[in-house]
Amino acid sequence: MREQVQRIIDENGKVIDGAQLPDLSEDDLIRLYRLMLFNRRVDERMTKLQRQGRIGFYVGSTGEEASIIGSAFALEPEDWIVPCYREVGAAFARGYGLFDFLCQIYGNTQDVIKGRQMPCHWASRELRLASVSSPVGTQIPHALGMAMAASIKGTQEVALTFFGDGATSTGDFHVSCNFAGVFKAPVIFLCRNNHWAISVPVGAQTAQQDLAEKAKAYAIDGVRVDGNDVLAMYAATRQAAEKARRGEGPTLIEAQTYRQGAHTTSDDPRAYRDDAEVDQWLEKDPICRFRTFLIERGVWSEEQDSALEEEFQEEIRAAIEEVEKIGPPDLDTLFEDVLDEVPWHLEEQRDELKSLSDQ
Amino acid sequence: MPKMNIIQAINDALRVEMRRDDRVVVFGEDVGKFGGVFRATQGLQDEFGTKRSFDTPLSETAIVGAAIGMAINGLIPVSEIQFADFIYPAFDQIVNEAAKMRYRSGAELSCPMVIRTPYGGGIRGGHYHSQSPEALFVHTPGLKVVIPSTPYDAKGLLISAIRDPNPVIFLEPKRVYRAARGEVPNGDYQIPLGEAKVLVEGEDATIVTYGAMVHTVMDAVDKISASDGITVEVIDLRTLLPWDVETVLSSVEKTGRVAIVHEAPRTCGYGAEIAATIAEKSLLNLQAPVLRVAGLDTPFPYTLEHEYLPNEKRIRKVLNDLINY
Ligand SMILES: Cc1ncc(C[n+]2csc(CCOP(=O)(O)OP(=O)(O)O)c2C)c(N)n1
Ligand SMILES: [Mg+2]
Repeated sequence: MREQVQRIIDENGKVIDGAQLPDLSEDDLIRLYRLMLFNRRVDERMTKLQRQGRIGFYVGSTGEEASIIGSAFALEPEDWIVPCYREVGAAFARGYGLFDFLCQIYGNTQDVIKGRQMPCHWASRELRLASVSSPVGTQIPHALGMAMAASIKGTQEVALTFFGDGATSTGDFHVSCNFAGVFKAPVIFLCRNNHWAISVPVGAQTAQQDLAEKAKAYAIDGVRVDGNDVLAMYAATRQAAEKARRGEGPTLIEAQTYRQGAHTTSDDPRAYRDDAEVDQWLEKDPICRFRTFLIERGVWSEEQDSALEEEFQEEIRAAIEEVEKIGPPDLDTLFEDVLDEVPWHLEEQRDELKSLSDQ
Repeated sequence: MPKMNIIQAINDALRVEMRRDDRVVVFGEDVGKFGGVFRATQGLQDEFGTKRSFDTPLSETAIVGAAIGMAINGLIPVSEIQFADFIYPAFDQIVNEAAKMRYRSGAELSCPMVIRTPYGGGIRGGHYHSQSPEALFVHTPGLKVVIPSTPYDAKGLLISAIRDPNPVIFLEPKRVYRAARGEVPNGDYQIPLGEAKVLVEGEDATIVTYGAMVHTVMDAVDKISASDGITVEVIDLRTLLPWDVETVLSSVEKTGRVAIVHEAPRTCGYGAEIAATIAEKSLLNLQAPVLRVAGLDTPFPYTLEHEYLPNEKRIRKVLNDLINY
């Protein structure tokens, strides 16, 4: 028999009968809320900037914040987060700063990755955030390998990788689940089932729409979680991480959530899906329900909420203002980091390009 | 000094590195218990245990993809792809992930790793046990590509590849895995990546080659020199990227006549890059066009593989064409 969807708070912010609240302090609860709201306000502002032509592209996560932040929040600082392109919220949860994120989006001189990738393709070694790449699913075996490395070294870190429902159709997903099962790797496969892969609904993606069931083929654990319930996401991830640390192997977590917005700023979902479906999911919004939960518990208030909105608005505005003053990277950076040292043929290409640009 | 074949030299290099640095791990299909279908990893599991030398399930994608994750998380993975012909399932991981990791992350992350794989024809292997895919990897910024031809070089180059901070594709000439024998020093030594070797000096023409073709070329040149009274300089490139342009150009200056010999298909093959570079940098030293002896632009055949591969006849003809141009 397939397992129930794990839930802790319902759509109205009420604790579900018999559900156990995770062991989180009031401060932690408020941090979770702040992170989710921050993620959403950043997404909204970036989408506007793209519309104004000030940035080239953006990938939002509106509606999916709980699945991204609740899970990242359950990890330890030494654990690896191996993202795809939609999980900057997980990076924020790690302490990745808005300034760094904006510099990446603008691809300027202060961009850690030196203007080399499209927006939302960040990385940070210090924060153990792997590098985002665009090809779907390719990050999944990296998390597997990081986890295998932990087992080989005898260290305690786990690796959590995010991917979408569409990515469960890739070979990379299946081969990684298989290896993880064989090696009992301390890895968490976190599938954000947001029900769409650009214009393809999950119903057309796979005949097995209980994505967590796919774990069975590899004899690994698969759990289904209400991905709009940040506490359930936290609890399920925490459990999977503890299990991995005990040497009991991988878990596939299917976070059931919904992509409320466009796939990216290059997409227009009105061309392929009904507003009615979107409206249904708006009622299950992860941030609204958590706000109600916090207010009803007396740890948050409408006044604090308005103040927080103002704080974020100002923080984001000020960061954009600062970042828009920064110029593009130097030509030399084009040739660095292809290999650890610049080889002769790249030196030649660099010198030629520079001699032309000096003219 | 002990005499070894290439398999033994590779095994020895792996052992030296695994003893020196416990971050070095070796894995792939049939690599652990059995020691690899060509036995290059034989005995490593006995010495280093199942955590550092192990078998994997059958997925090149996962072998290379996991190697990337291991490299990022502090190991130095040396994975084996059983035959180069089977590397294509991992092509995306190599090209889009390993090769780009350092660049795309602004050097936040990198992949110090080696992918070893036997390549090349002449073993009655047909399409799927004979291909020479080096140009695909040389064409991918972010990789180093190494091809040894002798046991001595195989050991010294593999040690360098393992210590190199970049992802290295290490293609092993399987036709001469056992046939090529030579003295190999005990213990630790390195051959720097990016340095070619002049195998024999000559005045009348230069042949640039690598891998198993080094042996074909050396045999042919021996005979042709004896019969035709010419001297031919033979350069074994050893590293295809970054390649040793200085050694090649100084030979061009001396002989003015160059052929490139490789068994991979001719069109857009590695020889085209060398020919173009010589034309760009040394045109006026040339006494004849740069010529190529290469595999045919066909899939690799079974019965007629020796017609496909460069051989003495074709090398003789090209030297003739160069000298009588
Ligand atoms: C290998 C590959 N094929 C196609 C694409 C183009 N593409 C980008 S995102 C995407 C849909 C991915 O859907 P899903 O995995 O559900 O993630 P989501 O975007 O919903 O978060 C597609 C087809 C790609 N980036 N990579
Ligand atoms: Mg999706």
